[in-house]
Amino acid sequence: MFNGMRLTNRFEDMRREMDRLIDGFGIGILQSPLRAVGGYPAVNVWDEGTSVCVEAEVPGVKREQLDLYVVGKELTIKGNREVATGESVSYQRRERGTGEFTRVIPLPVEVDSNTIEAKLCDGVLTVRLPKAERARPRQIEVRVG
Amino acid sequence: MNTETNVCCNQETRSMPAGRVRQGRTYVPGVDIVENERELLLMADIPGVKAGNLAVSYERGVLTIRGAVAPRQDAEKTQFVIREYGVGDYCRTFQIGEAIDATKIEAELRDGVLTLHLPKHEEVLPRKIAIRTN
Repeated sequence: MFNGMRLTNRFEDMRREMDRLIDGFGIGILQSPLRAVGGYPAVNVWDEGTSVCVEAEVPGVKREQLDLYVVGKELTIKGNREVATGESVSYQRRERGTGEFTRVIPLPVEVDSNTIEAKLCDGVLTVRLPKAERARPRQIEVRVG
Repeated sequence: MNTETNVCCNQETRSMPAGRVRQGRTYVPGVDIVENERELLLMADIPGVKAGNLAVSYERGVLTIRGAVAPRQDAEKTQFVIREYGVGDYCRTFQIGEAIDATKIEAELRDGVLTLHLPKHEEVLPRKIAIRTN
């Protein structure tokens, strides 16, 4: 089962790469410093000033099958996608991976692990990780004197 | 039973009236298709699609799945640290050789997965033929 997931990922990676190539001819993608860490699920991570957001597409994964951990500057997404049809059926086409997955995502800054919010909606996982106090951007007041 | 058609959604988009062309890209969802003697079962990964933004049609052997997804982030203003996928609409078309009873198609959307039950027409179902003996 896990092999299926990995195989699908190879295709996923290729598809993403193609997407990126196409986008690259336009604007945006080539200009930003992108890192494709690889693995399942694919993630988007962005900075919102006082927090960091991690989004992952995990269709078919239920809330109770998903575990999140934060250790230091790493977020771990662990989960399992079950086969809905049973094993004995014959597949005409099989492109969706199944099985267990673990992905460790490096975070750009330290976060406050007590106030993390995670939401799973329509197969999209969104995790908002508030930055640790010392990692937040600080406005410095300039005194006139 | 099924071959994918080259009826690309983008082509259709291009022929749409200018005002209706959406910005952004269209993605091809990954699918599993299972066939048994009574039906075809299709599962498609379409994370981010809400039931109201999903359209499934079957006409003359062509099954079309279309899901609209609004951007979740501002592509230009968001400061991405890692960006591995794009957010956009989904579209995929299948040529289905089996005679499907379009009136009995059932669709279910759950956790970003579309499950379609496509029952075959009664006429194409395997039928046991009674053999008379004299």
